[in-house]
Amino acid sequence: MNRLSLKTFTLLQTATSVGLSALARMVTGVRPIWNGSLPSDRQRIYFANHTSHGDFILLSACLSESERAITHAVAAGEYWGKSRLRRFIAQDMLSSVLINRQWTRPEENPIEIMLSVLDQGHSLILFPEGTRNMTEEPLLAFRSGLYNLSTARPEVELIPCWIENMSRVLPKGQFLPVPLLCRVVFGPPVAVAPGEERRAFLERAHATLLALNPRPERDD
Amino acid sequence: MRHEISILIIGLLAVLTTASIVATILSARAPKPLSSTLVNLTQRINAWWVMVALMTVAFFFGRYGMTILFALISFAALREFVTLTHTRRSDHWVLLGMFGIIIPFQYWLVWTAWYGLFVIFIPVYCFLLMPAITALHGDTERFLERIAAQQWAVMISVYCVSHVPALLTLEVPGFEGRTLLLIAFLIIVVQGSDVLQYIFGKLFGKHRFSPNVSPSKTWEGLIGGLVSASLLGALLSFVTPFSPLQAAAVAFVACSMGFLGGLVASAIKRDQGVKDWGHLIEGHGGMMDRTDSLVFAAPVFFHLVRYFWTV
Repeated sequence: MNRLSLKTFTLLQTATSVGLSALARMVTGVRPIWNGSLPSDRQRIYFANHTSHGDFILLSACLSESERAITHAVAAGEYWGKSRLRRFIAQDMLSSVLINRQWTRPEENPIEIMLSVLDQGHSLILFPEGTRNMTEEPLLAFRSGLYNLSTARPEVELIPCWIENMSRVLPKGQFLPVPLLCRVVFGPPVAVAPGEERRAFLERAHATLLALNPRPERDD
Repeated sequence: MRHEISILIIGLLAVLTTASIVATILSARAPKPLSSTLVNLTQRINAWWVMVALMTVAFFFGRYGMTILFALISFAALREFVTLTHTRRSDHWVLLGMFGIIIPFQYWLVWTAWYGLFVIFIPVYCFLLMPAITALHGDTERFLERIAAQQWAVMISVYCVSHVPALLTLEVPGFEGRTLLLIAFLIIVVQGSDVLQYIFGKLFGKHRFSPNVSPSKTWEGLIGGLVSASLLGALLSFVTPFSPLQAAAVAFVACSMGFLGGLVASAIKRDQGVKDWGHLIEGHGGMMDRTDSLVFAAPVFFHLVRYFWTV
């Protein structure tokens, strides 16, 4: 869990990303809906609702190839760092950034790890609920990482992304996906207003993301 | 059969070329920016070029091409259908089975021409076992709604669609080795009826057929479309085992069923609060938006031919 040095994708990472994006399109026909923001090579933090392991694959399938090559999903180190194989999949194939939610040593500080990625000019995919949402609630409360990152690097755009239907395609504990049509709705950028408090900002970001859900009545 | 196929292909190319020229002239003369109807018209015609090209390619691969093409159409239609319905986490295995077992098995039955099981596999075995599996999962929340939607989904997108390639298994005396033409006849007549209804509706449509279900369907479109599609059927009788009069009658029945299919599909979309089933086909919407009429026409056409023309 040391400081990461990120270069462009390795061959394995590129192949994985191309293959998974093609698979995501074949199974879910995923389409981006740009509703308040537009595709851009700008440095961004995409923050999204989280219900399934497939979420970040769907989101990155909606990005252009050049954006995908500098965009990394933030994943739980407790889970993806557990065994050699998982670590290989998470880092060497999916090029995700692993953070530990229960950290002790200073070099494990998740915010510092994520900032070091941003400082290399790369973008992040963040699931601010902190875990996959398995409840009846459409969206869990946000953890404060989003706020900390945004106040530390205000020039990075925060883009809310609502991932539709993925909980139905690949529910927790299932391995085989059901082919259902999915959309990813990209909303308007959110930024910390001057003097805005942590809680107020997180609630506002939460509400902005929730408002993107195109079919709220269908969630269960 | 080559002779008939050549005539059909030349006819389709002529119609599409005419359509493209008309749309280009209309667009050139119309005030800019173009109305959404004109933009949509051009998109629809362009998509027709692609669809006709794909059908033609599949046609040349014969039984293989048709079976695979319609299995894929079933996949796309089922995906659109299930996406619209209410599903719960406990439905996962039933949904997987619909895509992973029911589609391949139904088309395998088509391929092997096992008629006895082909007609009952879905309405008997699947319709009984799917709710049983759902019940075994113990989740009774909106149970009836969920199992009903699942059954109707496989009925429409798998069972009905599979009757199109199943036409290849019919043995019509004096028509051996030419059953591919039955598929061409059905598709051209039913899709032609959709187009003709659209044209008659746009040109003469005044009286809505069913304003609550579909604002775009009019009496003028329906009557003009059905009459002209029946004439088209009579005109195409040379590719079928039917006489011109019989061909017109069969086309009339198939297109009437097709109209009802479109009506039912509209009612489902309205109930679910969406305008289109999906976005697979530019200008048309999803796969189901294009196949809703074929879905209702195919089983009835299949059984008409089977009852009256096979031994």
